Amino acid sequence: MRLLIGLVLSLVIAASIGLSSTWYALTQNLSFGALELGAWKGYPRNGTIGIDPYARAAIARNGELPVGSGDGVAFSTAVDDDGFALDGRCDVVVRGTTPPARYFTITLYTPSGRLVANSLDRYGFTSQELVRDASGEFEITISPRTRPGNWLPTGGIDSYVLMLRFYDTSLGITTRAGREAPMPLIRSTRNCQ
Amino acid sequence: MIRWLLWIVGGLMLGALVHLSTILALPRTASRDAYARLVPLVPVNGFALLSAPTPETSVVPFMDPAFAVAACRYDLAKGPVKLTVPVSPAYTSVTFYTRYDVAYYAINDRAAGRRSIELDLMTTKQRDDLPEDEEVTSADRLIVESPSLTGLIVARAFAPEPSLMPAALASLRAAQCKLQ
Repeated sequence: MRLLIGLVLSLVIAASIGLSSTWYALTQNLSFGALELGAWKGYPRNGTIGIDPYARAAIARNGELPVGSGDGVAFSTAVDDDGFALDGRCDVVVRGTTPPARYFTITLYTPSGRLVANSLDRYGFTSQELVRDASGEFEITISPRTRPGNWLPTGGIDSYVLMLRFYDTSLGITTRAGREAPMPLIRSTRNCQ
Repeated sequence: MIRWLLWIVGGLMLGALVHLSTILALPRTASRDAYARLVPLVPVNGFALLSAPTPETSVVPFMDPAFAVAACRYDLAKGPVKLTVPVSPAYTSVTFYTRYDVAYYAINDRAAGRRSIELDLMTTKQRDDLPEDEEVTSADRLIVESPSLTGLIVARAFAPEPSLMPAALASLRAAQCKLQ
C-alpha cells in the first residue's frame, strides 16, 4: 500500500513538474545563445541547423518561419533601453544607426505576431523609406498620434513588439556585442495618451 | 521519512525527463506549425504566392510586410527538385526548411549571382547516385542537400517601398520548383 502511494506521488510530481516547466519554457520564449545589443535580442542560430531544442519547440508551436542565416538576422524587443515594456499609448523614440546590411526593415507587431492596425496601413519602415539627418542617423517616433518625420502609428494598443531585420549582412553567429554592431536606441517618453 | 524523500526525488528526476522529452517531441507533434499552415495553400513541388500579412490575418506570425513571399512544399521521393527563382530588382532570397521547420540553408541573390537563383535540391543519397564525371556536377550547378525527404522552400522578394511590390510579386510568379 505504501509502495503504491509512493509511486503515485512520484508520478504526480513528475507529470506536474515536467509539463509545467515545458509550458513555462515555451510561453516565456526561453531559448539560448541570444545576441543582445542594447534592448534588442537576436537569435542568429535559429536560422541554422544548429538551432537549440527550446527555440525549435517554440517556433513549431507558434508556426513561425525563422529567417535563414544566409538571408539575414532578426532582432526583436518588447522593452525599451531602460527595461520598461513598450506601450502603444506613449511616444517611443527609436534613434541611431544600424550595423552594415544591404537592407533592413523595422516592423511593429502585436505580441502574437500580427501587424498593428492603423488608419495609414503603415506597419513599418524599410531602410530605404527612412528619412535621415545629415550624419546618417534616423529617428522614428512610435506614437498613437500623428508625428512629423518617421512616424510609426500604434493604433493605441497597450503592448507591442518591435522587430528589426537585417538582410544580406555580415551580422550573425560570430558577432559579439558592442562596437561592431551599433543598434538604434529605444527611449520611452512620458508623453502618453 | 527517508522513503518518502526518495519517492519525491525520483519524481523530480522523472519530471526532468518528462520536460526534456516533451521539448524534443514538440516539433514533431505541433499541429499548427508553419508546414501544417501551408499544406492547404501550397502545392507539392510547385510555388504558390502567400497572401500579404494584414492586421487581421497572417499565414504565419511575424511575416515581414515589405516582402512578397512564395512557398513550395517539396517532396524528393520521386527524384531531385530543380529550383529557379528570378531575381527581383531589389533583393531576393531563398530559404530551405525541413518538414519540421528547421532553416537548414538560405541563399540570396548576391551569393547566387546572375539573373536568377538556380539550384538542385536532393537528398544525400540522390547526390551520391549522380554520375561523377558528367557536366551536371560541374561548378556552375549549385546543389543543396536536404536532410529530409519533404520540406519547404520559401522565396522572398523585397519591395523597398510599397510601389515596388508589384515588381517583387511578378518576379516570384515566375519562380519554379519542379521534379527534374
